[in-house]
Amino acid sequence: MSEIKNFLYVNRKAPYGTVYALESLEVVLIGAAFDQDVSLIFMDDGVFQIKKDQNTEASGLKNFSPTYNALGDYDVNKIYVEKESLEARGMTIDDLMPLTYEDEDDDWAEKSSIRMVSADEIRDLMEESDVVLSF
Amino acid sequence: MKLSIQVNEGPYQHQCSDSAYNFTKAALEKGHEIFRVFFYHDGVNNGTRLASPPQDDRNVQQRWSDLAKEHEVDLVICVAAAQRRGIVDDGEAERNGKDATNIMDGFRISGLGQLIEAGIQSDRLVVFGG
Repeated sequence: MSEIKNFLYVNRKAPYGTVYALESLEVVLIGAAFDQDVSLIFMDDGVFQIKKDQNTEASGLKNFSPTYNALGDYDVNKIYVEKESLEARGMTIDDLMPLTYEDEDDDWAEKSSIRMVSADEIRDLMEESDVVLSF
Repeated sequence: MKLSIQVNEGPYQHQCSDSAYNFTKAALEKGHEIFRVFFYHDGVNNGTRLASPPQDDRNVQQRWSDLAKEHEVDLVICVAAAQRRGIVDDGEAERNGKDATNIMDGFRISGLGQLIEAGIQSDRLVVFGG
């Protein structure tokens, strides 16, 4: 399969109330092996998926948030977060995990994977993508 | 057009499976090609043969199976999602030491790569539910 498509994963739900976030992450990690162009969006309650300092001990659920840190190693380094969703929840980028990747075109400098975007820009991202998977 | 379908919700609980089925059937009748139907999340429960819905209601699982038989549609259940929810074929029963299987005729269990491949190979991947 030589064709490269733009895959866009849209994450819209809180991480632990339903299984969508966990199983979306599993798709992203498997999909990374296919050498496609991958972007992730976190919007609506989906912004909670990458909130830092998650602790699920009292709920008995598995805290899978550390796995997001591995995305950079899988060349998944375009992580878009909707500004409006963060603001509506009283959060800023400082409340999110510092997800990074090493830029091979810049002497492997460590750079942030997170890009803040508006709802309008998210519309454009969806328009430009070949495959949109919404979770 | 070459289409693939993703089904993210279980039968009866959610309209997703009905909508996906009706869409798939209509697309086939219009002459489109269905490359694959991929069942994920609780959508894997569309592939059990042990359901016994009331006789005056539709049989969601059987309907998918009949469609697959009639049009040779590739119905794929995600293995990771199936293991969590207990959808089992012969291979999975042996691998995980289970004493029974419950997969419906016409479905097969495979990996998430099948979903990515469907996205790559198809003109459109249409997602239902979630």
